[in-house]
Amino acid sequence: MAKTGNSKQKKMNARVDFTPMVDMIMLLVTFFMLCTTLIKPQTMEIAMPSDVETDEQNQTQVEAKKAVTILLGANDEVFYCIGNPSTDPFKATTYGKDGIRAILQKQNAAALAKVQELKDKFAMEQSSDPETFKKNKEAFQAALKEIKESKETPNVIIRPSDEATYDNLMSILDEMQICSIGKYVIDKFTETEQGYINAVKGGGAAQ
Amino acid sequence: MGRFKIKKQDTFIDMTPMSDVMVLLLTFFMLTATFVKDEPVKVVAPGSVSEIKIPETNLLTIFIDKSGKVFMNMDSPAGMDKLVKEMKKSHGLRLSAEETKAFVQVPMFGTKKSALSSWLKLESAERNTFLNEDAKAGIPCDSTNDELKDWVGAARAACGQDMGIAIKADKHMSYAVIKRVMDSLRSIHENRYNLITALKNEE
Repeated sequence: MAKTGNSKQKKMNARVDFTPMVDMIMLLVTFFMLCTTLIKPQTMEIAMPSDVETDEQNQTQVEAKKAVTILLGANDEVFYCIGNPSTDPFKATTYGKDGIRAILQKQNAAALAKVQELKDKFAMEQSSDPETFKKNKEAFQAALKEIKESKETPNVIIRPSDEATYDNLMSILDEMQICSIGKYVIDKFTETEQGYINAVKGGGAAQ
Repeated sequence: MGRFKIKKQDTFIDMTPMSDVMVLLLTFFMLTATFVKDEPVKVVAPGSVSEIKIPETNLLTIFIDKSGKVFMNMDSPAGMDKLVKEMKKSHGLRLSAEETKAFVQVPMFGTKKSALSSWLKLESAERNTFLNEDAKAGIPCDSTNDELKDWVGAARAACGQDMGIAIKADKHMSYAVIKRVMDSLRSIHENRYNLITALKNEE
């Protein structure tokens, strides 16, 4: 075969225009960005008392001195009583930092100091190694749980009335968490409790 | 005079690095995507400082909207399928094969057992309007007719002990309704559940 002279190959442009591809990918990214929820909803774990345990032995008598009864009334009203509800007086308070939280913190001062100490210790031991971090965190959680359930923390009985809102209940449960109270229970609201509230309101009006 | 020779500039911008970055971003979003669940009934959860995340799989969610109606869903179609089979078996729910298929796909349900079949016959948009507006919507949950108990019991039987129960209630809801739901859960010995909240900072 003879050479057919100069077969002139045309220089091809090897560049591909990426602009349409970028356009399309931009669209896809926008779509995924708008459709995703990166934040998972938070949740609060709760264990309600069971109705089958009527065994006398299983029932633990709450020590009156350490018991705090919280009544949730209508229109965001909160009433609390430290001690025995039938003898000690109820007082009105409010939700939030200066109201019920201050009272609970005062009741739980010893445990809160311990929690703070624990937190400081945990912060000191902060490590960048994920394994150690995990181990520390587990130890921290266990210690926190122990403090929360120790004898020093008050027992809180929450009695929401039918007029209280779900938001009210969540605020109170939140306070339990903020004040590191591990022993709390949500109980029934009866005529007796309504009577306490009426007494507080009546007393307030008379003053 | 020399002639000006304007050099022909190449206006072509190299898009390759940009395309690289975009593909990376796209991959990231695709892999982390958990799609917003379609919730036909709007429920505003109360804020809380709790930071525990909700379990992702095998979760039964009970919704309580602001008018006090109760709805339910399972997190996956497979769960819904197990639930409806169990309901048919032990609580005499009557659904045709086609309705069962529709039921598995619904994002949320909540009608009386007797009305479920006719509700499933509706178009998807009509179903949502029914849930939102009809006074008869919602799973009955009171002392005379407690169907919620049956549903939760069936879900527990169908999905096993690992199934989590979450309650998502509207924050303006009165406690009386929550109490009814909690009592009904208590009567079937379901005493551990999650309350879904939105994140709020400690004041």
